[in-house]
Amino acid sequence: MAAYILRRLVQSALILLGVSFITFVLLYVLPADPVRQIAGRSATAATVESIRQQLGLDQPFFVQYANYLLNLVQGDFGRSYLQKTEVAELIASRLPATLLLLVAAIGCELLIGLPLGIVAALNRGKAVDNSLMLTSFLTVSAPQFVVALLLLFVFAVKLGWFPIGGYGTFAHLVLPALTLGILGSGWYSRIMRSSMIDVLRADFIRTARAKGLGRSKVILGHALPNAILPIIAMIGIDIGLFMSGIVVVESVFGWPGIGQLAWQAIQRVDIPIIMGVTLVSAFGIVIGNLIADLISPLIDPRIKLR
Amino acid sequence: MADASISPEPLVAPENGPSVLRRLAQRKLALLGLLIILICVGGAVFARWIAPLDPYEQFFDGLTIEGAPLPPNATFWFGTDLLGRDLFSRILYGAQTSLVIGLVANGAALLIGTIVGVTAGYFRGVVGAVLMRFTDLMMAFPALLLAICLAAIFSPSLWIVAMVIAFVNWVQTARVIFTQTSSLAERDYIAAEKTLGAGHGRILFMHILPHLIPTLIVWGTLGISTTVLLEATLSFLGIGVQPPIPSWGNIIFENQTYFQSAPWLVFIPGAAILLLALAFNLVGDALRDILDPTQQGRD
Repeated sequence: MAAYILRRLVQSALILLGVSFITFVLLYVLPADPVRQIAGRSATAATVESIRQQLGLDQPFFVQYANYLLNLVQGDFGRSYLQKTEVAELIASRLPATLLLLVAAIGCELLIGLPLGIVAALNRGKAVDNSLMLTSFLTVSAPQFVVALLLLFVFAVKLGWFPIGGYGTFAHLVLPALTLGILGSGWYSRIMRSSMIDVLRADFIRTARAKGLGRSKVILGHALPNAILPIIAMIGIDIGLFMSGIVVVESVFGWPGIGQLAWQAIQRVDIPIIMGVTLVSAFGIVIGNLIADLISPLIDPRIKLR
Repeated sequence: MADASISPEPLVAPENGPSVLRRLAQRKLALLGLLIILICVGGAVFARWIAPLDPYEQFFDGLTIEGAPLPPNATFWFGTDLLGRDLFSRILYGAQTSLVIGLVANGAALLIGTIVGVTAGYFRGVVGAVLMRFTDLMMAFPALLLAICLAAIFSPSLWIVAMVIAFVNWVQTARVIFTQTSSLAERDYIAAEKTLGAGHGRILFMHILPHLIPTLIVWGTLGISTTVLLEATLSFLGIGVQPPIPSWGNIIFENQTYFQSAPWLVFIPGAAILLLALAFNLVGDALRDILDPTQQGRD
């Protein structure tokens, strides 16, 4: 077990190193020149050159990368080109909002997805099952921004129940979390359904029924705890999907998390911020996968560590 | 996950085309999907003849006296957009954009994924190991964020958008193809072929690739759905297909400011994106059930 964890940790570190390298390469070959952006159109060649030197952008590629890595290990993500603030500070100040949204969104996904999956499994092949599965296809096929705008239109513009956007109160959280929750619920309901169907076929369920247990006891007491196992691993993977999707949702709702930070930085070619957010997101994905891999064998001994 | 367990059913030979189509037609949801795809392809191909009005023309009577877009009416079936252009015609031409990107980007992603997966699964060695580590690495990338970065960095055009999407979407295909190829490569009949002196080319094209075709069909179909959504998202952010070329995503991007007073400008193209993505998901899922024997009886 210890050896396995160590190996997975080393692997994760290597993946993060790779991600940092690729992001650096992509942004280094960037055709848009950040120095021009900072200096403005009227800047003289000398000014441009001095800014370039100041930012260390005149050094060879590998020297720049090595410097970047060296700082990174010390928790220094560099400074924003335009805002002159430490990127680490910017990200740290925005991270709580994103994490809050993450927890709320995954909560919504589970609250919507799991019951639907269970109901579908118990009514397998019937009209309820088919319509629930069509619903799950719909949620998987819906573009985030359309769902976000639809919820905004109905619940904020027409009904006025929730604010149009922003941050601060519980009411602000509902629509963004619900958007992500509706979209993610499709995956959970499908996994829950097929897992439940598998478990309901198992011998121990037949035994439970044979010894005369009631239907609700068999389902809630015996089937559910076993069927829910794959969901737990799924949550880890979901963190990764979430990290990828926050840019759109945070922009539409004006949610001040790292997704919005990234989007603003992308528009201004503020490379240190883009790199920082990409690395933090990749970190989230790697941690999520690691948790999924480490927890699965603990809760289900049939899964062996590889 | 749930689908990872190995089922005891034996591998059956890939089915031939007509029988797959017949079985597809027996499923209501798949038929619904096929119908939507057919309408969409028809609309895109014949847009020039179907479209009642020029999608680029800004009609003088296409705006109210105050300059606001018109709601759906007899002349403008889906209403007009912020510049007084006919939304119905723009939606029809937008279908062309979605389908072209869907096919090109997804085709490129499938090609890259197959080359990487087959190389790593069949030849293995150092190159294979490096390729698969690179694939692992790409899995840890926040895909949408990466696509947004790339699209914003390169000045966006139809083809750049397609390439960006291909660049972030090949990863899943590569993993699936790798797993399949490496298990195929260990079969006895491949060893027998080798003993008989068959070269790599013969083994790859006669014995490995034909077995991968069902998987490629399934992933190709499901992938179009992902691609359509990704293109729409990039265009919605203003870094995808650029106006005046109509794309369902950039129609929403352009008209976002009128979203409260003229919701049809957001929700008609939004529904179009949803329906097309849904259609490819429905057909892809049915194909997976039909073509992949290990999935049979699971759903």
